[in-house]
Amino acid sequence: MRDAKAQLFAPPEVTPELVAHHGLSPEEYRKIVKVLGREPNYTELGVFSVMWSEHCSYKSSRHYLKLLPTEGRQVLQGPGENAGVVDIGDGLAVAFKMESHNHPSLIEPYQGAATGVGGILRDIFTMGARPVASLNSLRFGSIDHPRTRYLLSGVVAGIGGYGNCIGVPTVGGEVYFDECYNDNILVNAFTLGLTKKKRIFTGIAKGVGNPVIYVGSKTGRDGIHGATMASESFSEEKEQRRPTVQVGDPFTEKLLLEACLELMEKDYIVGIQDMGAAGLTSSSSEMAGRGDSGIEIDLSRVPLRETGMTGYEILLSESQERMLLVAKKGTEEDIKRIFNKWDLDAVVIGRVTDDHLLRARFDGVEVACIPIRALTKEAPVYQRPAERPANRDELEQLDLAKVEEPKDLGATLKTMLGSPNIASKEWVYRQYDYYVRSNTVVAPGADAAVIRVKGTEKGLALTVDGNSRYCFLDPYVGGVLAVAEAARNLACVGARPLGLTDCLNFGSPENPEVMWQFSQVIRGMRDACIALKVPVVSGNVSFYNETDGKPIYPTPTVGMVGLLTKVERAVTPWFKSAGDVVVLLGRTREELGGSEYLKFVHGCTKGTPPWIDLKLEQAVQSCCIEAIERGILRSAHDISDGGLAVALAECCIAGPDKPLGVRIATREMIRGDALLFSESQSRIIVSVQEKDLAQLEAIAAQHHAPLQTIGSVGGTRLIVQPLVYLPVEELKSIWSSALEKRLR
Amino acid sequence: MRWGVIVFPGSCDDQDVFNCLKREMGQKVKRLWHKDALAGQFDCLILPGGFSYGDYLRCGAMARFSPIMHGVVKFARSGGLVLGICNGFQILCEAGLLPGALVRNVGLQFVCQQVYLRVEETDTAFTRGIGKGQLLRLPIKHGEGCYYADALTLERLRKNRQILLRYVDPKGKPLPSVNPNGSLENIAGVCNEARNIFGLMPHPEDACSKLLGSEDGLRIFSSIAAHHGAGEKRHA
Repeated sequence: MRDAKAQLFAPPEVTPELVAHHGLSPEEYRKIVKVLGREPNYTELGVFSVMWSEHCSYKSSRHYLKLLPTEGRQVLQGPGENAGVVDIGDGLAVAFKMESHNHPSLIEPYQGAATGVGGILRDIFTMGARPVASLNSLRFGSIDHPRTRYLLSGVVAGIGGYGNCIGVPTVGGEVYFDECYNDNILVNAFTLGLTKKKRIFTGIAKGVGNPVIYVGSKTGRDGIHGATMASESFSEEKEQRRPTVQVGDPFTEKLLLEACLELMEKDYIVGIQDMGAAGLTSSSSEMAGRGDSGIEIDLSRVPLRETGMTGYEILLSESQERMLLVAKKGTEEDIKRIFNKWDLDAVVIGRVTDDHLLRARFDGVEVACIPIRALTKEAPVYQRPAERPANRDELEQLDLAKVEEPKDLGATLKTMLGSPNIASKEWVYRQYDYYVRSNTVVAPGADAAVIRVKGTEKGLALTVDGNSRYCFLDPYVGGVLAVAEAARNLACVGARPLGLTDCLNFGSPENPEVMWQFSQVIRGMRDACIALKVPVVSGNVSFYNETDGKPIYPTPTVGMVGLLTKVERAVTPWFKSAGDVVVLLGRTREELGGSEYLKFVHGCTKGTPPWIDLKLEQAVQSCCIEAIERGILRSAHDISDGGLAVALAECCIAGPDKPLGVRIATREMIRGDALLFSESQSRIIVSVQEKDLAQLEAIAAQHHAPLQTIGSVGGTRLIVQPLVYLPVEELKSIWSSALEKRLR
Repeated sequence: MRWGVIVFPGSCDDQDVFNCLKREMGQKVKRLWHKDALAGQFDCLILPGGFSYGDYLRCGAMARFSPIMHGVVKFARSGGLVLGICNGFQILCEAGLLPGALVRNVGLQFVCQQVYLRVEETDTAFTRGIGKGQLLRLPIKHGEGCYYADALTLERLRKNRQILLRYVDPKGKPLPSVNPNGSLENIAGVCNEARNIFGLMPHPEDACSKLLGSEDGLRIFSSIAAHHGAGEKRHA
């Protein structure tokens, strides 16, 4: 009876309109006909639509992604799997990846963000790793935009709602506001998992006759064509897209996580993959693609939670909390027993074949028969036209003589500390459980988060970074700086980088200027990765972040993971005690182009981003890491948005205890606002006990890192002679309450 | 001493409690699956934090019906030591083993932060090893931790000295400004009249190592262990 109703609806005829509605171009349709040797039926059209969508196929980006360096001695699994995996020694490995959930989060912020977290968590435990830490990178429109408060509250609650409930700590992240995201917010979620080096699982289907098993939640109609939706720009009708957003159920995912990890202790699995974007379709075809095999599925056996679903809907549903696994023949009953313990479905829905076809049957009728390679290796790849934007020359022009220097720079510093991009993000991260699993050594609010690795002396440092204003002004340099800053953040806690994952958020690839930005950012990232020796092990591309033809700033988000050999040596950014000497590693130059100061105080986004010398960058980082490893640094803090003055203020006020004052005098002969707010790269503020200063100088000399003693910790004021003279209590109150006040 | 940690579907902090007892304190601990009947001999049972059954209904409202809860109630009623942390506290209230209820935080948001707590009473197994009025620094992380009880119950709690922990400032004062969730009288933990069942919202298991910023959580577990040790001696 179940499908009697479905039978009444004859599948629609495939017309040019229907093809267009599926997001396929006439040319792509011709390619489909050629591959199949016939016209596709309605179900097959749906399958091609999602598998050839930008989101699943990376058709516009693949050509450039190949440029990124992916190799390193520590890399156990590079891009192409559910997540990248690197070796951390002691027989252990970490799997990590970052993924975007931008489009759904704009349409329905709570569920969009929640399912983004759910999806990335599954990507990690699919690899056999237990998720131990999450981060996120969020971008919203102007804080004064009428929808920002709603979107921010919803996204943060959604991330917390999912992550807290499943018991994975959210240990850090970043939040930025800019008008360029008014109509296209960004939600990038990162998760890291820990596993044994010898127990890594992949999404592969092989071994003819091996059973294909569906586990997890039942399938409903939610999220059908989510991947296609994420591959389009928004227009007025975006509200109508709400049904394409999935609904998250963290409790079921928690059960699925525990059941999968319990199963992975046994030797039953051949391959396993999350049913994420494009659901059953992508998981089955990708697994068969990697195994160079075929797969046969009986859709009538898929557990459903709605009646009357068609084969088309079952194949394309993006219902959450589901996995597909290929098991060794004969282990079916043992697998079912484990999933039954956790009250989850585990149903054999098909088997592995050797005909290199994706075959789906429904009620005894074959509804799809497609060559696997057409959906995977031979999906379209485009080298889209790229063109340098016409307004570039004008954007680069910044005449500082026309930027008036404020008379009271102390007042300007106070203004800057109240900028939503600089103010404390405690309002956000206190909604996340960052303690669960009892590993958190450095909690949110530092340059990078640090977690311990139980059973060893080691620690892992994690950070996400990206400055889209720099990328907008110069995408190549912006790409370099994103990678450099992430590595510098790791250096500030004392960690050496192991690998990188990224989310590349851009406008429409069909716009040549966007494509140019994309190609430049990739080249910048590549050069920085090579110079700093950080391999890219996983990542994700999100195009079509534009509304009514207006793209966001190019926004590559870099997630980086580093290793501390002795986690007890980890250092935090804030000053520790009066009398400590304050030292600047690196040099300050007059670089205000693209700075937060220029934007927030003068309302101007122009100029060129700060200059960077990757050799100098590496020297500064190595010096900082070595000093931390030798145990002589009391604190270390990267200088980034807001420059020296903001970084110093954070050193004074961002700690958990009473704020500490500092007295600074520097030698730079540049205008006052540039001295305080220039965003020159490769700079770290560190503090040491006086007795250790000579040792720090020796380390700096050995690494050729510029070093300048600029002051000492103490008193109750932040003093930068002769420009700033302010009580730290006042600064703390501005900085810690600004965001909450703006959101009220 | 024999500890049992109950694992509900959706428990998140079970592993942390287990590690804390086993690794940091070298105790004998067993994890107990919620679908099983309570079997074996235990000296203290712990209901850990998390989101049992997703807490899609009222927090703890489903877990109290888990099969193992029959045994837990029996164990508690016969004087066995039971500790409920966060979701465990909520479950104990739902099961009627502790008075009062935990409702949505007044700020309507999940709150994760470090808090100071003042130990109000020391004549229980859970606090006897800590001096009266001493401060503990522990993390909280919950969306429904606002302690509520009707006036009569509250009066009884005070009279019987069942309020064991209060949220305070770093100087030990229970000011409204440091109340993170709107709990009545800054209450963070209460025990039953017989003083063998204790529920608290803060997480001692996340404060068991200097590396993580505080060892104050160990003081609660050590107190229980010391109490048990003393009892063993008495029996011997």
